[in-house]
Amino acid sequence: MNILVCISHVPDTTSKINFTENNTVFDSGGVQFVINPNDEFGLTRAIWLKEKQGAQVHVVHVGTSKSDPTLRKCLAIGADKAYRIDTPAVDGSSVAKELAAFVKTNSYDLIIAGRESIDYNGGMVPGMLAALLDIPFVPNCVGLEVDGTTAVAEREIDGGREKLKGSLPMVIGGQKGLVEETDLRIPNMRGIMQARQKPFEVVPAQQVEAISEDMKFEKPAPKAEVKLVPADDLDQLIELLHKEANVL
Amino acid sequence: MSVLIIAESENNALKRNAAEVASYGVALAAKLNTSCAAINFHAANAAELGQYGISKVTHSTNVQKSFDANAYANAIAAYAPKNNVTHIIVSSSADAKFLAPLLAAKLNAGYAPNVVALPEELSPLTVKRTAFTNKAFVHTQLLATCNIIGVGNNAFGVIENAVDCTVEEVDAENVTSNLEQVSIEKVAGKATIADADVVVSGGRGLKGPENWHLIEDLAEVLNAATACSKPVSDMGWRSHDEHVGQTGKPVSTNLYIAIGISGAIQHLAGVNSSKVKVVINNDPEAPFFKAADYGVVGDAFEVVPELTKKLKAFKALG
Ligand SMILES: Cc1cc2nc3c(=O)[nH]c(=O)nc-3n(C[C@H](O)[C@H](O)[C@H](O)COP(=O)(O)OP(=O)(O)OC[C@H]3O[C@@H](n4cnc5c(N)ncnc54)[C@H](O)[C@@H]3O)c2cc1C
Ligand SMILES: Nc1ncnc2c1ncn2[C@@H]1O[C@H](COP(=O)(O)O)[C@@H](O)[C@H]1O
Repeated sequence: MNILVCISHVPDTTSKINFTENNTVFDSGGVQFVINPNDEFGLTRAIWLKEKQGAQVHVVHVGTSKSDPTLRKCLAIGADKAYRIDTPAVDGSSVAKELAAFVKTNSYDLIIAGRESIDYNGGMVPGMLAALLDIPFVPNCVGLEVDGTTAVAEREIDGGREKLKGSLPMVIGGQKGLVEETDLRIPNMRGIMQARQKPFEVVPAQQVEAISEDMKFEKPAPKAEVKLVPADDLDQLIELLHKEANVL
Repeated sequence: MSVLIIAESENNALKRNAAEVASYGVALAAKLNTSCAAINFHAANAAELGQYGISKVTHSTNVQKSFDANAYANAIAAYAPKNNVTHIIVSSSADAKFLAPLLAAKLNAGYAPNVVALPEELSPLTVKRTAFTNKAFVHTQLLATCNIIGVGNNAFGVIENAVDCTVEEVDAENVTSNLEQVSIEKVAGKATIADADVVVSGGRGLKGPENWHLIEDLAEVLNAATACSKPVSDMGWRSHDEHVGQTGKPVSTNLYIAIGISGAIQHLAGVNSSKVKVVINNDPEAPFFKAADYGVVGDAFEVVPELTKKLKAFKALG
């Protein structure tokens, strides 16, 4: 089985978000970039499939050489090969088109992406990729079993879960639940050493045109000071929520 | 040029979010000087969209009963070009976020999710949406001939604007499915985080799962959904689908009540777009107090039962 894990490279969850150049560019100064957490769950699930059922696990990323350390980390965690499609990621649609072109020339049985990137929160790429390839897609995926040429994937729905079955190849948008946090692997010395020997290929991009563009960023207006209500006067809280905030 | 809203339904009835999506679509159509129609599968009460200014609903029932993203996307992708649709409005539900990217790829449409207001410019179409998990907004231009706008939950609100509404029954075209439903589990009769107006959320400060009646009782009075911080679900005190925050479910509700939750950056990121936030915590230095609108410094074990009691009395008065 050939598994492709799509990796997005995002600011660490504790990062302070700032912008430069008149709020048109994300300020990456001092920001640590990591594997998108949703993709890390997917990568671990892929490595489990490899260990239990036998598989080749490749990772792919659309981006510039700035993301190479993130891809090396994927290799250190256990991926067999990394590809970087060499173009800056501009919008979900162009990334999906680059990935679709890549997948068409390298055949995969299973494509694992993440539910969403925690930076732009698009949740666009995996679904678009599946639609471009005309193969099944399961988002918000919290469970995945592969058996021969079919897969059963479970998705989280509002207030429950739905189990869906489809034939491979399939795209899933993974998240926590696919594996648990305690299952995530931290690269050890041996992994890091091995990663240096593993194939890492830079693939020329198709240069597809983006159909959306982020023009300008803005930080939320500073919050008004919290109104404290004494613990022994909760009627006041109810009054405020009712009359002032209008939410009761 | 025309606007199309995708009105979601469940158990043959419109979902609550259909009202907000319709209100947004109708307001956008007015700005564009054009019409706004709706498409719906399965709702028996589709004509009720007339309350929000929708005068025409295209209604199809020839799709698999439950929500089927690929079949819906195929059907809408066949419908839209024939009807000169240039703007498609969807919600931010889990189903909408499943459907929209499929539809966008099939139509080669631009797509912006989590949009918080009407477009600030119509040409090129420019929308404001949340990014960096609510730590910022981004103004995005959508440059395709047809573009999809995903309206953030409770970001626009509902505007009543009653008109006559005709429902046209059609057989949706091109309905093909590529997934088979094996099973579906849904907690019946309980408000869900995505749909509820109020969410009551508990953190590690509650000490253990045996104390969750505090959260549940308060939620019941408020007809609220229950949620929790990440460590609470990690420790198995509550099920994973209650985990909210940057790596859990997003919450964008009218009222979010955080009890015994410190307010770590990853927690706040996921709940910040809620309109009104209340924190109950015994540590006045807890970071949540910086993010909240109202706060009570106190012991949850005393404050919450008292608040529940008082709210019951308040609700009883109507
Ligand atoms: C990559 C990453 C992703 C993460 N994603 C998320 C996420 O999506 N969601 C999330 O929630 N967290 C997330 N976290 C974890 C986050 O950093 C915090 O650890 C977590 O939110 C803390 O949970 P808590 O507030 O319940 O617990 P604590 O931080 O332990 O806070 C408990 C609070 O309860 C208060 N308290 C104690 N006793 C009482 C009492 N009797 N009455 C009232 N108050 C009391 C304390 O004062 C304290 O403020 C993530 C972390 C990482 C590293
Ligand atoms: N530049 C990228 N390269 C490869 N995969 C990506 C890229 N951006 C997003 N993805 C994948 O798509 C998922 C959803 O991302 P997004 O659509 O950006 O929210 C991520 O979790 C990744 O698996």
